[in-house]
Amino acid sequence: MKRLLTSSALALTALAGTASADEVAACLITKTDTNPFFVKMREGAEAKAAELGVSLSSYAGKVDGDHETQVAAIETCIAGGAKGILLTASDTSSIVPAVEQAREAGLLVIALDTPLEPIDAADMTFATDNFLAGELIGQWAAAALGDEAANARIAMLDLAVSQPTVGVLRDQGFLQGFGIDLGDPNKWGDETDPRIVGNDITAGNEEGGRKAMENLLAKDPTINVVYTINEPAAAGAYEALKDIGRENDVLIVSVDGGCPGVDNVKDGVIGATSQQYPLLMASKGIEAIAAWAKDGTKPQATDGKDFFDTGVSLVTDNPVDGVDSIDTAKGTELCWG
Amino acid sequence: MSPSDNFEAAASSADAKVASFDDHEKGLVGRFHHALHTTPALVPLIVLLAAVVIFGALLGSKFFSPFALTLILQQVQIVGIVAAAQSLVILTAGIDLSVGAIAVISSVVMGQFTFRYGMPVEISILCGLAFGTAIGYVNGWLVAVMKLPPFIVTLGMWQIVLAANFLYSANETIRSQEIEDNAPLLQLLGAKVNIGGAVFTLGVIFLICLVLVLAYVLRHTAWGRHVYAVGDDPEAAELSGVDVRKTLISVYALAGLICAFAGWALIGRIGSVSPTSGQLLNIESITAVVIGGISLFGGRGSILGTFFGALIVGVFTLGLRLLGADAQWTFLLIGALIIAAVAVDQWIRKVAA
Repeated sequence: MKRLLTSSALALTALAGTASADEVAACLITKTDTNPFFVKMREGAEAKAAELGVSLSSYAGKVDGDHETQVAAIETCIAGGAKGILLTASDTSSIVPAVEQAREAGLLVIALDTPLEPIDAADMTFATDNFLAGELIGQWAAAALGDEAANARIAMLDLAVSQPTVGVLRDQGFLQGFGIDLGDPNKWGDETDPRIVGNDITAGNEEGGRKAMENLLAKDPTINVVYTINEPAAAGAYEALKDIGRENDVLIVSVDGGCPGVDNVKDGVIGATSQQYPLLMASKGIEAIAAWAKDGTKPQATDGKDFFDTGVSLVTDNPVDGVDSIDTAKGTELCWG
Repeated sequence: MSPSDNFEAAASSADAKVASFDDHEKGLVGRFHHALHTTPALVPLIVLLAAVVIFGALLGSKFFSPFALTLILQQVQIVGIVAAAQSLVILTAGIDLSVGAIAVISSVVMGQFTFRYGMPVEISILCGLAFGTAIGYVNGWLVAVMKLPPFIVTLGMWQIVLAANFLYSANETIRSQEIEDNAPLLQLLGAKVNIGGAVFTLGVIFLICLVLVLAYVLRHTAWGRHVYAVGDDPEAAELSGVDVRKTLISVYALAGLICAFAGWALIGRIGSVSPTSGQLLNIESITAVVIGGISLFGGRGSILGTFFGALIVGVFTLGLRLLGADAQWTFLLIGALIIAAVAVDQWIRKVAA
């Protein structure tokens, strides 16, 4: 039995050895493998990997927030002799020791979509500029309202009480774009502008979006601008507004650019949304790992930012002066999920 | 006939009071204790009324309006329906961790059967309801026939159903607008009835009817008494002629059916069919059941208590949000309520005192 174990262990090592000798191996670790955003990310990575002859292994947590599975995946990648890891971390600070371990073992670690804390714990971050994504919809909403922006009644539908970075950046970006003074830009909810009716949390889904909207409407039924963390939350908020017959005189803005979200922009449910590009993040990530394996070059950050910006576009059928946007036809072409 | 054999005479001369408990004068606390013991829904009802009065005093008409008060009903309808199912299972001293997953997969079945396979929406809804019942039946069979612990069975089923849900639906949402255009029946339980500013959805009315029917059935039918008997002491129930297996299987299957209805109501509430919703329903339903005073050891408590428990959570959530408190405070208070509810339950159980 013991001999069997030893020999199979040897065989396994040999297998892993040959794999890494013949071709570059890379790992993709996402938060879940059910969210269309990550599904698209994996498609992008797989297509690029096939093109460049990189062998790709994909791992995912069971649910968003499943930290242990991600750590185990990083360890598996180190043991498997991969050259690099693309990671969307569930727990951005707790994952850092595991990431350091991988980097010490000579792997290139690239954070996709979600920056680690601190951001330089990864070799590079390929992500959407979430602050800019928020700023675009904020500017659009203010311009769409015109002079009425001074009297706006704003509902802020955020992600979670733990205030994850993505949610804070989008929220604060929106407020800045709308022309509202931020308190501490690292947290939401501390603004004193009377135009803000309140913040509530949605967990980023329809149910949470509807409940949060109802709560804020009970607080102030005259709300006329709604910021939402993503498009499912926006769809939920729309249901709550429809219930009291206000769906046509409230402006809903959102972030993501998923296909159902872009459809909702086309149907007038959402006024404008900021579209991000998960496919691009993943394919750029694979290219970076291939380059690293070839001659040890590391990817460079976008000028003036501490990460590589994969871009964001405002999708709306009601363009306003001074804010660049694409229409829903173009948005549908580029959408994910 | 010897005098000692004269049973009739002996019986008539005997004390007519056969076996009775001495009812000591216990004073106010004692009587209150007794009332709580006989009417388990009383504690949550008192807490509920107190919460409504306190939030009403703090917030005035903002909270004390027909709109806000019926909004609470709308917000708790899904949890309430699922908690009714959970109550049945917990009354048999079991637990069902798969309730939320059953609700979500049933809604996904209803939506996908209509939109992916083009089936008539009525048939799809029936398929969804049957699917939920079938999962519940499997749970019941594993618990009653295979004698596996309910916690383990439903823990496993939760994972299986949730994974199946994501695999089958590819986590794709069916948008509200498409449902409205092509299959409005899916949103039926979201339809509204407006009575002087008070807004009831069919889902809310369904919840109230469900609670009343279950309360009646549990109290006044043989099946209902069997549910309590099985939860209290399955061996004693078996010996007194209750078919424990059949009762358990029927309870889990019925719970599955009720959860499937919750899935239908969920479509009405959020408009769309979303495979990611309802993730916390199992925990929220257990919370409502516990705050509602149903004993986790089975055999004691009432479905009305669960309904009040769900409403308490709803009142606290909306009340605290209207007061402008951080959402985290809601969770903190609910946590305190759960522990307080179980402490009260333990106190009530001390009958002998």
